[in-house]
Amino acid sequence: MESLLDLLGGLLLVAGACFLFFGGLGVVRMPDLFNRIQAGAKTTTLGTLLILAGTAFLHPEWGLKLLLIGLFLLFTNPLSSQVLARAAHRVGVEKTSKTTIDMLAKDLGDKP
Amino acid sequence: MVDILITLAAILTGIAFLLALVRFIKGPSTFDRVIAFDVLTVVSITFIVLSALIEERGIYLDVALVYALLSFLGVIAIARYLEGRF
Repeated sequence: MESLLDLLGGLLLVAGACFLFFGGLGVVRMPDLFNRIQAGAKTTTLGTLLILAGTAFLHPEWGLKLLLIGLFLLFTNPLSSQVLARAAHRVGVEKTSKTTIDMLAKDLGDKP
Repeated sequence: MVDILITLAAILTGIAFLLALVRFIKGPSTFDRVIAFDVLTVVSITFIVLSALIEERGIYLDVALVYALLSFLGVIAIARYLEGRF
């Protein structure tokens, strides 16, 4: 029973680290600023939550602190990426040529 | 078995850190560097948690807690500065 929990925690750790690796790869490989924001924000949030869950499986007595870290991460990570994307959109960073729809510019009444 | 999995997770996290560092160094604009900085902070939180797991010391989680609370303020401050409004 104990070893089953340890094995499950280890597998969760490796899954979260895989998500973090793909996030880093997306930050390097994506063609555009907004795509990089998306790849950097979503995958790191999920990967860090999976690693916190795996650590809670390995050490159940640390559960409260790990839950607090995950809660703060769920508050702060989307906030920073949204503020960054809004600032980039207002300054007017050029999008990639494959971008076909821009709902925020249509809402603001600017150029399409 | 678990030690091998923890080491594999630490290696993958280190590779993610290096990839974000590549974008941080060669990013064409300032926004790319800020994105890479954001990714670097979250990966650092994960790495602190993994080091607490390897060293078997729960006190490191307090460091990760404070870092998760405070690290996003830098990104927001730089974004507001680049936007031109304070």
